[in-house]
Amino acid sequence: MKQLLMGNEAIAYGALRAGVGLVCGYPGTPSTEVLETVARLKRAGQAPDVYVEWSVNEKSAMEVAAGAAYAGMRCMVTMKQVGLNVASDPLMSFAYVGLEGGTVILVADDPGPISSQTEQDTRTFASFAKVPVFDPCSPEEAYRMVQDAFELSEREKTPVILRPTTRVCHASATIETAPFPAPKKPRGFVKDPGRWVIFPWLSFANHAKIEARNDRLSRELSDYPGNELLPGEGRRAVAVGGVSAAYTAEAQSLLGTRAPTLRVGTPFPFPTEKALSFLKNADEVFVFEELDPVIERELTYLCGRYGLRVSIHGKLSGEMPRSGENSVELIAEKLAEYLGVPAPQRREKPDASLPVRPPTLCAGCPHRASFYAVKQAMKGRKCLFAGDIGCYTLGNAKPLDMTDTCLCMGAGITIAQGVRHAEPDTVCFSFTGDSTFFHTGLAGIANAVYNGVDMVPVILDNSTTAMTGRQPNPSTGVNAVGEVAQVIDIAGVLRALGVSSVQTVDPLDQDAAVSAVRKAADAKGVNAIIFRSPCVGLFKPETRMTVEADACIGCTRCIREIGCPAISFADGKAVIDNTCVGCGLCTQICPVGAIGGARDV
Amino acid sequence: MYNVLLAGVGGQGTVLASRLLAVCAANRGMDAHTAETIGMAQRGGCVTSHVRLGASETPVSPLIPEGQADLLLGFEPGEAVRALPFLKNDGSVVVGTLGVTPVTASLSGSAYRAVDMLAILDRSGFDVTRVDGEGLMAAIGNPKTYNVALLGAAAAAGKLLFTREELCRAIDMTVPERFRTLNKNVLFIGADHII
Repeated sequence: MKQLLMGNEAIAYGALRAGVGLVCGYPGTPSTEVLETVARLKRAGQAPDVYVEWSVNEKSAMEVAAGAAYAGMRCMVTMKQVGLNVASDPLMSFAYVGLEGGTVILVADDPGPISSQTEQDTRTFASFAKVPVFDPCSPEEAYRMVQDAFELSEREKTPVILRPTTRVCHASATIETAPFPAPKKPRGFVKDPGRWVIFPWLSFANHAKIEARNDRLSRELSDYPGNELLPGEGRRAVAVGGVSAAYTAEAQSLLGTRAPTLRVGTPFPFPTEKALSFLKNADEVFVFEELDPVIERELTYLCGRYGLRVSIHGKLSGEMPRSGENSVELIAEKLAEYLGVPAPQRREKPDASLPVRPPTLCAGCPHRASFYAVKQAMKGRKCLFAGDIGCYTLGNAKPLDMTDTCLCMGAGITIAQGVRHAEPDTVCFSFTGDSTFFHTGLAGIANAVYNGVDMVPVILDNSTTAMTGRQPNPSTGVNAVGEVAQVIDIAGVLRALGVSSVQTVDPLDQDAAVSAVRKAADAKGVNAIIFRSPCVGLFKPETRMTVEADACIGCTRCIREIGCPAISFADGKAVIDNTCVGCGLCTQICPVGAIGGARDV
Repeated sequence: MYNVLLAGVGGQGTVLASRLLAVCAANRGMDAHTAETIGMAQRGGCVTSHVRLGASETPVSPLIPEGQADLLLGFEPGEAVRALPFLKNDGSVVVGTLGVTPVTASLSGSAYRAVDMLAILDRSGFDVTRVDGEGLMAAIGNPKTYNVALLGAAAAAGKLLFTREELCRAIDMTVPERFRTLNKNVLFIGADHII
């Protein structure tokens, strides 16, 4: 029977169908639901024999999978595109060493970007790492492709990347699925230093083999069903990849055109033979793909290599935007001009000043209180507030305005050190979430202690990995499948790394929080603060705040100071809506004590 | 193909609502496709869910193109206005009247008034059904069920393609057991708040 599956769920189902035995990864939008689905199915008894874990970071995940794959297990590693940067060290060598059990690295790209710090293209990363990459155009195809990727990986003894984009990951479709077999039994690790121990001579030999294999695959993948020629009319053709295939099909249907189409499902190794037969029947090709002009470059290269007189249109020709997502509307407009048919009329934008809605910290989010405490404690002093990746990046928004830098996972702690070296009269703070702390924060703390920097690392411990949908991490005492796990105590870790002091404070107690910040800021060395209070998504609120309308003087201090989305003003008085969770920060800010009277929910 | 666009603010529950519609379609044997906004925008940003039912060919664009939506379900009046370009000329709107004031408006002291947005919807020329959001929110108690209550209203108004019974079946298949009765009850409450 068909069932409704999100693209990421379909990938999980496909991997289980392919006999995956180990799944590990680190949460990251838009990839998170792949591993969550495997964990859910395991908990439900539908995939009892699969091993699944949230690893502390992508590098650890990649290495765990490499070990299991050496021993013959089928493995999947899941991450978002920037996670592959963290895991790139093991990936580059893993590609040279190879494996025994088929291994798929699920890397979700995020054109837009919608929830990411870069628009990097994993198709380009795959060709750099010399590993094959599959690029599904829909959830339906993702379900099939992940199974094909396992087959190819195990046959060719190489890791293979599956690279969906946000619109495939977070789209759902009704998909015909098949039952899961038991995971393929691993043969066990067979000692063979000439195979598993990377040395220069081995790399030299394997490098040549990998290049020869990729040349062969380039020919063989021309017959892969994910690389297809859709017949049409005329010699003005189009080439598409990923979700742009779906956009282009719909644009052609809206325009009533039938340009011949090459769809590329394996951008690396590129299906050369198929592309050549396509180019031979075209005078011009317009390429629709997101992020890097991967297909466009390959086609342009083939034209030069084989002396074909075909003009290629796309990003390199300046006709398509170099950043951001594609859409049916954009492709229809470009196609209409290219094929000489009337462009569809665009709809008018509504004539109204619509509200701007930047994402904000939730009502009652403890990060708001943490940021506010640091802001109050350091008023008038020269400070740097180095942020990091997580919900708390939203501390940048006004009125908090407490994030001066954000680079990549774990970087806040080390960036604060760099600024301190360049500007010694600045008090340097970093803000790092509990999951990010374990992901890549530990090395930064060790670096600060070892090199004797004065700084205040602030750990925002809300006991979850919140931004990606509240996954457990080493500080939570629970693992990916809901079993009790050993808690790694953040304060203990900081002390073991040798910081000068550690204070653990509830940020919702503003007086205590402010005095902890002052104490840390005035001390020499690395003086850490752990602000500990749970994410509002982890508990059911028991109280809500109310405003005593007679007492409220309408000064708007509450909204101006903390910007809580539960507070608004009507008829000059503050109003608190039912998204309030009763954190009580506003009661500590109101100058006339008009907020309080917590009521039962 | 029948297209429904759900437009709201992060946290209002468009993801579950679109899933219920897709499950209703699947239960009728129709192919269903949806696309969600998942990520940073779920923290109070603008979110849309695209539901495309009965596609005959794949791949299907996960996003509804401009001018192709049969129904716009507005979880918030301003977001419904923002999504108007997606409606077909003969498309219809079901909108909850409760406004969500963005923090940016509260901070700048500039007024954001849901009634202004509702007036734009009325002037748009589309068939608009209003659901009394304030009354509905008071009646359901739990703000997390506002999404399902609006579906109940849309079904009762005959705008949804699916009946309340079909929504109940989808709730049974989608929602955790302890929340099923609550969600099925708010379908009725939603129906009572059509203006």
